[in-house]
Amino acid sequence: MLKITNLQARVAGGKQILNGVNLEVRPGEVHAIMGPNGSGKSTLAHVLAGREGYEIIGGTVEYQGQDLLALAPEERARAGVFLAFQYPVEIPGVSNMFFLRTALNEIRRHRGEEEVDAMDFMALVKKKLKIVDIDEALLKRPVNAGFSGGEKKRNEIFQLAVLEPTLAILDETDSGLDIDALRTVAWGVNAMRSPKRAIVMVTHYQRLLEYIVPDRVHVLAGGRILRSGGKDLALHLEEQGYKWVKDETAGVR
Amino acid sequence: MSSAREIEHFAQAEYKYGWTADLETDSAPCGLNEDTIRFISRKKDEPAWLLEWRLRAFRHWLTMKEPTWAKVHYPKIDYQAISYYSAPRSTAGKPRSLDEVDPKLLEEYAKLGIPLREQEQLTGVAVDAVMDSVSVATTFKQKLSDLGIIFCSFSEAVREHPDLVRKYLGSVVPYTDNFFATLNCAVFSDGSFVYVPKGVRCPMELSTYFRINASNTGQFERTLIVADAGAYVSYLEGCTAPMRDENQLHAAVVELVAHDDARVKYSTVQNWYPGDENGKGGIYNFVTKRGKCAGVNSHISWTQVETGSAITWKYPSCILLGDNSVGEFYSVALTNHRMQADTGTKMIHLGKNTRSTIVSKGIAAGHGQNSYRGLVRITKGAEHARNYSRCDSLLIGDRCGAHTFPYIENQNPTARVEHEASTSKIGEDQIYYCQQRGISAEDAVSMIVNGFCREVLAELPMEFAVEAQKLLGLKLEGSVG
Repeated sequence: MLKITNLQARVAGGKQILNGVNLEVRPGEVHAIMGPNGSGKSTLAHVLAGREGYEIIGGTVEYQGQDLLALAPEERARAGVFLAFQYPVEIPGVSNMFFLRTALNEIRRHRGEEEVDAMDFMALVKKKLKIVDIDEALLKRPVNAGFSGGEKKRNEIFQLAVLEPTLAILDETDSGLDIDALRTVAWGVNAMRSPKRAIVMVTHYQRLLEYIVPDRVHVLAGGRILRSGGKDLALHLEEQGYKWVKDETAGVR
Repeated sequence: MSSAREIEHFAQAEYKYGWTADLETDSAPCGLNEDTIRFISRKKDEPAWLLEWRLRAFRHWLTMKEPTWAKVHYPKIDYQAISYYSAPRSTAGKPRSLDEVDPKLLEEYAKLGIPLREQEQLTGVAVDAVMDSVSVATTFKQKLSDLGIIFCSFSEAVREHPDLVRKYLGSVVPYTDNFFATLNCAVFSDGSFVYVPKGVRCPMELSTYFRINASNTGQFERTLIVADAGAYVSYLEGCTAPMRDENQLHAAVVELVAHDDARVKYSTVQNWYPGDENGKGGIYNFVTKRGKCAGVNSHISWTQVETGSAITWKYPSCILLGDNSVGEFYSVALTNHRMQADTGTKMIHLGKNTRSTIVSKGIAAGHGQNSYRGLVRITKGAEHARNYSRCDSLLIGDRCGAHTFPYIENQNPTARVEHEASTSKIGEDQIYYCQQRGISAEDAVSMIVNGFCREVLAELPMEFAVEAQKLLGLKLEGSVG
């Protein structure tokens, strides 16, 4: 589904952050990308989503057979790429419901499906509410405006549930969550696991992986994947910290 | 596409109404003197008192100076190079019903999206359409007159209801008021007149569409709306003009009067031609709008969505004379390209327990300059007066400007005045967030702007709100890269 080959990227006119990332994700798989601060995890997530401000200086990203990097961010989203933001953005005055229905209809139109009207959308929302245990009142409020940190993260997973992407990238979804909120969010993500959907989680801590058990774990440091393995690799990291990674990176250089 | 470039591209929205109708017009030669005024008055068959009033205004105008305090810049206007009267020739015989109106004129209005006939039948909005200087047709007249409501062109009101016109004309905006209003008093051409009698609630929205068509023409409408005791009326005003390279002057005056327990709601969606992206052409819009809450418990509410004009100079105001009267001002002003807007309101509290609310949303894109200028004055006798003001500005791109000039004058210690202001920028992160959910950058900007304006748009009657929303999106097309 997703094949990243030797991806190199830098901040526009600035520092190079990705130094040749290779990664392959198949449908149904859950991958965790772990790494210390500044290793390029979030950059990778945003480069895949198409955020401006990065320059691709080498490599390719193939998504469902197409050149992902050639698509505008909204085209990637319509093709089924979803990014759960680490810091979800507030849009005052625009209701969550309206925002999400607009998004869903853009995606449906792209797929050649009929748009959903407000009534049908409401019914869909009621069904999805159960997945993330989110307060219905939140949906009528403006997008993320005045939401607590936990509410924002839940709202991201709620959007994930409604939009049903093919590839979901979760950027530090666990950061800033207490243990109960983390459980709820993880439960929502697990409910979204499916043989047709791939999930890529970017995280600093192993904690999240206790609740969402990945098929593959990758360690990203210095802008490349240093090591890949099964879920045990995460435990290894937890015990040893990232120091060994840094040592190895230094060795590589 | 980079967001900065996208912001650029978005600002390139085209003006949709930029066609000129090929209609024969009957115009006054350019220039302004007492003869011009006599010519206009004669054309309109006016009584002597009205000509006298016009001439008094003109003589006073000669002693006045054009104001320079607003934060707008434009080349000096040559008042002698303007034609002060232009009528599509076919209305010379004064049509009595739509059937007698030149089909070309009706076609023209249909292009504007106001098919008079359909509007008459379908939407139940009574429309008075003013092209250049002459009121073309007023729909639904009979139904209204059964209720005793007068809704007609200003000229007709002068002929048919001279006592009412004489009683109220200049009673809110006197002919000495300000440079542009005084000019209007001297040369005003036509406009709408509304009178709602005691205790009557006007059952439909009343609407006027203004269009400037002929070149080198100034348009000087005069609108007068009177709600007698206990009456209610909601009035909508829409405006368009064709694209022309030269600037066209528009100086209207609107007067509202609300007696005891009466309520007047006045909504505007202004879409005059704003000039091209380099600031060539466009309408100079110098308008005086004022309402007088004359009676106790009276209520006047202004809602405006200003999306056009090269220059907007406009301060719809309320004089809160009656005890417990309420004044409201809800405004969205959008400036793109080289547009300049200096707009706001004045709330003059005279009566006891008077209340006013001001909500202003300024949006600046391109090289647009957007200023809010407002005055809240609480006079000595205005016991327990209250005002709440909020002025928010939204910037799109980094070459536009937003400015706020709030003035508060309080002479009564029992008054309560609150003022809040904010300035924000449409963030690239907001646009990116929407894009990541499948929404294009243009739609994202439109969505963010409409969200920003939500409180004001909510004040508009339904169909008008939809139109305003679309217009805001359209006006910003291309301003986000």
